[in-house]
Amino acid sequence: MTAKTDAQKLSYIAAQAADARVNVELEAEGMTLNIGPQHPATHGTLRIIVRLDGEQVTKVDPVLGYMHRGYEKLAEVRTYPQVTTLINRIDWVGSFANEVPFVLAAEQLMGIEAPDRAQWIRTILFEMGRIANIVLFLGDMGVQLGAVTPMFYALRDRELILNQIESATGGRFHPNFNRIGGVKDDLPAGWIEDTKVALDKIMSFCDDAEGLIVGNEIFEERTRGVGIIPADIGLEYGLTGANIRASGVDWDLRRDSDIGLPYDKVDWKVWTHPDGDSFARYWVRLQEVRESCKIVEQLLDSLPSGAIMAKVPRIIKVPEGEACIATENPLGQMSYYVVSKGGLEPFRVKIRTASFSNMSITPWLLKGAYVPDVITILASLYFILGDLDR
Amino acid sequence: MPKVPGLIKGLSITLKEVVKTMVKGAETVQYPHEKEALAPRSRGVIALHEDNCTSCMLCARECPDWCIYIEGHKDLAPPRRAGGSPRSVNKLDRFDIDYSLCMYCGICVEVCPFEALFWTPEYEYSEPRIADLLHDKTRLGQWMETVPEFESYEAGSVAKVKKVPRP
Amino acid sequence: MLLLELAYWQESILKLLLGFIVVLVPAGVTVYLYLFKMVSFMQSRLGPMEAGPYGSLQLLAELGKSAQKEDIFPDKADRIVYAAAPYVVIVSSFLLVLVVPFGPDAYFVNFDTGIFFALAVSSLSVIGILMAGWASASKYSLMGGLRAAGQLIAYELPLILAVVGVVIQAGTLNMQGIVDAQINGEIFGWGGLGNPFILTQFIAFFIFMVAVQAELTQTPFDMPVAESELVTGYMTEYSGFRFLMFFIGEFATANIFAFLGATLFLGGWSVPPFVTDMLGLDPYSAWFNLIGPIVMLTKMLLITFVIYWVRFTYPRFREDQLQAFAWKFLIPLSLVNIAITGVAKVVF
Repeated sequence: MTAKTDAQKLSYIAAQAADARVNVELEAEGMTLNIGPQHPATHGTLRIIVRLDGEQVTKVDPVLGYMHRGYEKLAEVRTYPQVTTLINRIDWVGSFANEVPFVLAAEQLMGIEAPDRAQWIRTILFEMGRIANIVLFLGDMGVQLGAVTPMFYALRDRELILNQIESATGGRFHPNFNRIGGVKDDLPAGWIEDTKVALDKIMSFCDDAEGLIVGNEIFEERTRGVGIIPADIGLEYGLTGANIRASGVDWDLRRDSDIGLPYDKVDWKVWTHPDGDSFARYWVRLQEVRESCKIVEQLLDSLPSGAIMAKVPRIIKVPEGEACIATENPLGQMSYYVVSKGGLEPFRVKIRTASFSNMSITPWLLKGAYVPDVITILASLYFILGDLDR
Repeated sequence: MPKVPGLIKGLSITLKEVVKTMVKGAETVQYPHEKEALAPRSRGVIALHEDNCTSCMLCARECPDWCIYIEGHKDLAPPRRAGGSPRSVNKLDRFDIDYSLCMYCGICVEVCPFEALFWTPEYEYSEPRIADLLHDKTRLGQWMETVPEFESYEAGSVAKVKKVPRP
Repeated sequence: MLLLELAYWQESILKLLLGFIVVLVPAGVTVYLYLFKMVSFMQSRLGPMEAGPYGSLQLLAELGKSAQKEDIFPDKADRIVYAAAPYVVIVSSFLLVLVVPFGPDAYFVNFDTGIFFALAVSSLSVIGILMAGWASASKYSLMGGLRAAGQLIAYELPLILAVVGVVIQAGTLNMQGIVDAQINGEIFGWGGLGNPFILTQFIAFFIFMVAVQAELTQTPFDMPVAESELVTGYMTEYSGFRFLMFFIGEFATANIFAFLGATLFLGGWSVPPFVTDMLGLDPYSAWFNLIGPIVMLTKMLLITFVIYWVRFTYPRFREDQLQAFAWKFLIPLSLVNIAITGVAKVVF
């Protein structure tokens, strides 16, 4: 293989040694358990090798890359409209959110500003992607802990949001709706009313989730005090999104960054929680769903009229330059660093995903936890494998 | 020890759901017996209006998966006005879309300058053999019957509603 | 046993057949009603609908599917122990049903120490679970088996102590005697309803239900089978027919514990005396050998409804929280209940 740094060589040897331990039956101290690539708890093909002492974890080695699809390399041989179709599939649950930073970066390089109506529609669909993503989390954390029923309520109510995304963009999971210069098409008649109905259903689901899960004493006992992340350690490891807001840090790129999306025209607030344990992460995300519903309602009421696409040439050739745009995606902060050498295709696209950085805290966080708590903590950190491995 | 009310509330929510499903029916759609009506814009399958196609190859070139196969030849058509010269037109020999590769992105439909490709919300075309997922010209033409009319837009839009060419 | 005079060997064969029917048929009924239909209705869906009218033959389809699957033996598994484990688990259900009375004369055996025998053989399943966990040669199964051993042994004590309260009030360990005490008892001088022990022993009933939930490793006590962590715990390596044994064993045991609960707390096979007075029947007449099983089935369905309702709603406890709940809360509470019952028995 090509030249490796010492750190890479050491981690390769450690992974091999961990593999060897997993396959050996008798062990002197502790048991090595493979929470393997195929497992009901990990959201996809994630492998975590834990060293156990009874039921307590002494050492954790996450092994990533089982779902690596080579996005950054693929983006180098696709034209800009084609890259938009690919990057939908990075975080496939709130998928509209993946396209937005890339398109904003390309627009910044070309010096184009999308018209107001397009920015509004982008933000509405962005927030709806966030709602779809986090509602899935609300049900999924229940399943990881054993409550099978709330998951079905989450999926049932999330369907309405997905139906709305489908009636506007044509695809439930992979909208492929952003274009450089605006959005592809305008909203069909009656969409605003149907979306408001869907949002009401989501609000009632949030109340259900509070009754079934947050208020449930068993859930509180399982999650309070489990997996506490102090704010400074979280910031050191690069945690973003609801994970860091649950540790009390007031960090939200929707409010703080200035990229053209109309968050400043809407009245909303950022939710934080001082505890930093798994319960706090669940609670913060629950409040975020409610907040997103309010944001979407206000945006729907104030939708400006006008064109949805700026004047853009037919063949998109982006001039030379670099642009880096970061947005507050449902999972955390996602940024695209686009380098263009003036051609039809980007020269290099670096994708910084939230789950990958959120994963880096797990060796520190899981030390000393019990095996059931490992599951609780991984569920509360919430990563999607497509986002983790790209 | 845990307080009781939260546990009881959880039980009451699930019991209410049981009664609701028994009285009003389930929220799921019983698929082979009832089918859900999809939104008109849903990307189900692509239909080809052959008369508009001039085999300009734009769709085949822009497809990220290279799943469109086009072959055509030039033909001489009679002149538009009497006394003019015959004009050459492109005639399609082969226009196949391989749905086992297609990722339903819609770039081909968007990029076509002559409006020969349309989306329809049909989705029941799965086949036991992968080779049968290659839809040829005739089959793509048959999908044109299922193309819905374009919907009108929300208030405040300046976009114009396009018309679907019908035979 | 009934209207005919049967030779001993004919009676034995009849009892054998009935034993199978009493264990397996209610298991099938509750699997359909609760596992297929009630959980689906809780989740806003309809459950299996295609196999037979309203999905009633789905269980047959599952039986056929499991029976024709390949019997997989892990390479390093201890063959004899691995093969025997499911049978040890299901044997305890068959043994439990021996002492449950379904009518004044409809029982298999009438031990004088009926309930003591039932509680004793219900612990046999722990051995089977441990065998499955160790013999599977898989770390997940091992963890599941160890957790199960700890949990099941911890929750046996509340179960037994709760039953002691009932026994003190009834004054006998004999199951028919307990049913008699409930038929002939009186509430504040009114004998119309008999004296179902649920009214006076409501603490014991609560402890009994919680302990039964834990003995069956149902959520919220299903750490041994925690699906999101241990795949299926001690059952992970089993496939085909042996997995079916575990599955049926779980539901059969649930039903039989529900039968026990119905006998101990709800009055067993009897209907309230004011009904028999209205119909002019003697509560011990031979009619009750036919009505008794139906009454028991209804009461069993009520109790299993509560068990599965709780199962499908709550998340699960962690292992140490589970143990703390048993040792620090349930056992002291059951001892308090015994003390109160003892005092009340002497005073009233």
